[in-house]
Amino acid sequence: MAIKAGSLVDPCSTRITKTGAWRTFVPVFDHEKCIKCSLCEIYCPEGCIHQEDGLYIPDLDYCKGCSVCANECPRMAITMVLEEK
Amino acid sequence: MSYNTANMKVVEGSYAVAHAVMCCRPDVISAYPITPQTHIVENLSQMVADGELDSEFLTVDSEFSALSVLVGVCAAGGRGYSSTTSQGLALMYEVLYNVSGLRMPLVMNVANRAMGAPLNIWNDQQDAIGARDVGWIQIYAENVQEAVDATLQAYKIAEDKEIRTPVMVCMDGFVLTHVYEPVELLDKEKAREFLPDFEPEHILDPSHPMTFGAFADPSTYTEFRYQQFEAQLKALPKIEEVARQFQESFGRYYGGLIDGYFLDDADIVIVTLGSVVGTIKDAIDSMRSEGKKVGMLKIRSYRPFPVQALRKALKDAAVIAVIEKDVAIGGEAGLVTDLKAAFYNSSIRTPIIGFAAGLGGRDITIKDIRRMVEKAEAARKGDLSEFEFLALRKEIL
Amino acid sequence: MDKSLLAPGHRACAGCAMPTTIRLVLDAAGPNTIVVSPTGCLEVTTTPFPESSWCVPWLHSLFENASAAASGVEVMLKRRGKDTNVVIIGGDGSTFDIGMGSNSGMFERGHKILYVCYDNEAYMNTGVQRSGSTPFCVHTTTTPSGSQSQGNPRPKKDMPAIALAHGIPYVATASVAYPVDLRRKVKRALEVNGPSYLQVNAPCITGWTFDAGTMIELARLAVESGLWPLLEYEKGELVGVKKIRRPRPVEEYLKLQGRYKHLFKKAECADMLSQIKDMALTNMAKYNLVD
Repeated sequence: MAIKAGSLVDPCSTRITKTGAWRTFVPVFDHEKCIKCSLCEIYCPEGCIHQEDGLYIPDLDYCKGCSVCANECPRMAITMVLEEK
Repeated sequence: MSYNTANMKVVEGSYAVAHAVMCCRPDVISAYPITPQTHIVENLSQMVADGELDSEFLTVDSEFSALSVLVGVCAAGGRGYSSTTSQGLALMYEVLYNVSGLRMPLVMNVANRAMGAPLNIWNDQQDAIGARDVGWIQIYAENVQEAVDATLQAYKIAEDKEIRTPVMVCMDGFVLTHVYEPVELLDKEKAREFLPDFEPEHILDPSHPMTFGAFADPSTYTEFRYQQFEAQLKALPKIEEVARQFQESFGRYYGGLIDGYFLDDADIVIVTLGSVVGTIKDAIDSMRSEGKKVGMLKIRSYRPFPVQALRKALKDAAVIAVIEKDVAIGGEAGLVTDLKAAFYNSSIRTPIIGFAAGLGGRDITIKDIRRMVEKAEAARKGDLSEFEFLALRKEIL
Repeated sequence: MDKSLLAPGHRACAGCAMPTTIRLVLDAAGPNTIVVSPTGCLEVTTTPFPESSWCVPWLHSLFENASAAASGVEVMLKRRGKDTNVVIIGGDGSTFDIGMGSNSGMFERGHKILYVCYDNEAYMNTGVQRSGSTPFCVHTTTTPSGSQSQGNPRPKKDMPAIALAHGIPYVATASVAYPVDLRRKVKRALEVNGPSYLQVNAPCITGWTFDAGTMIELARLAVESGLWPLLEYEKGELVGVKKIRRPRPVEEYLKLQGRYKHLFKKAECADMLSQIKDMALTNMAKYNLVD
């Protein structure tokens, strides 16, 4: 990898670092309880919760397991579970 | 050197430099007042106000901001200009590294002035020489004409895609900024041909977003510094090349990296930079008429330091006397230290003695130069004092 | 929110409010935006060479000159007739302290720049030292609680008032716990033709010491206790106050944070606790926060 003079960097490139490796707890989404308020998606510091076919799915490549989503979900549809690795 | 006197006007040095900046067509000028460069930005301000110069003129809150504004300007694809001196340059110190590290081709005139404390507004070179390691190219002007010409050349060197290094064009404060002397002002159209518009490869642009100024950890920092180092080495021939191109277009040449005066057969060579060159030339003229084989080597490019050129030019000197307007407190002084280092690993064993003079604006007289030459003659005979303050007023100590 | 303009993979702490702030700001501002940031947690966690989380153009120069650098960008964009947003996103250390001169100059010159301060109330990137933004009594490494000291002895600098004193057209406070309000304020700020200042309460797990999952809850409590009123000023006049729907006692907010724990443990701090309660009550009365 050749460096660009002036420490110039390409955009959106932190995607290569999978911060999912940081977590201890993983969020588990109960889609039956979900009312699609999208607060989990809004609050997530990683921006890794996205919609897929109308369901809210965390991108486990990046989820750091901070549990903000679980804490804020108005329907308590998200549970933090100790991740088995 | 031929001067086309028909085109010369008697103008203040600051005006001439401002006119040169106008011919460089900067997008943004950021200005903060500090004696003795203020006249440069005042003149530019009037040129903008009168519609002679199409630039954005920003009056900023400090010199720190003055240079920082230009970081944004350059990142957004613009050509920027500022000028400063002494305390202002020192305040910008952090930004100087930032600009060179970001490889931004900015140009500044530094109206060399003493550093406080004690507060002193008069000319010496402590400000720029004290900042010689920050990664900027430094070119020192001997007179107003050279300051004018070097400013145009500076942008061409800085913006070269192989160089991408900012340039300080240094001119002795008051001595060159406030003097009125005949100058041939640059022709705008010729300047435009010599210096085309600034076209950087990457800019802040939502259609091609890039990140400028990431932080580099130990695994890459060294290589960024190395790139800058290499660029300064490439600047050595580039400075000479641009000086020759300027000569072709405008008919004037002051040397690229260095210049000589009665150098070829000189036994005693005075090495210096800046406007004291004029006084030394006069002193040499009279000493030559007395049969003394004295010559001078003027350093035009202080950074990059022209080691090979100096070794070649000075190899036959019997003794070298360096005179400079700065001190390295706790050491000797910037130029003499760099010169000794340049020769140490060569076969040149000429004695080199150093003199700090002209500090805080004290006039360097012909008598002072003669005294220095006497000391050089004594050094040649073995009576060597490595470094001293020339014309020290012992009676007030 | 659609495709985020801040990519994941950044190195911010799990549960950090700063990236949430960035995403909300960029969502409101859109891709036609250039961001300038000072040194700090944001800069260090989002741009570790050779990676960058930024999907918009981004510039970092130094710690104290984001406003000056952004001024240069704004002037060039105007010169070229480009209608691109220029947004500074920086922490309180730069905004309140070391960048004051540069900020004041930018405000005073009237550049069309939105300055967003993510305020975590201390110099967090260097390990939790007191800044001009640190509230009264907070324990930091340079204002620690000890046998002779009860935390930060000075009140928080009123940076919105300083921004207002420059006569800039838009000043507001916001919170990550009120994302709709925050986004609306960003959009409004970007409409005004001049400088705007938005101060966002951004709880910091490492610096405030709380359970990461409660980050938003804490931000909400800061507002509901009256300590972080959500205000909006246009041309110097207070035009918007977000009413507190369920007012909470100040202790409920303070007790969740390790940086205040000495207040509840030491008898010497009882008076300080009541001073903080008074600050909240003063805000409630001054801005009529509760109906």
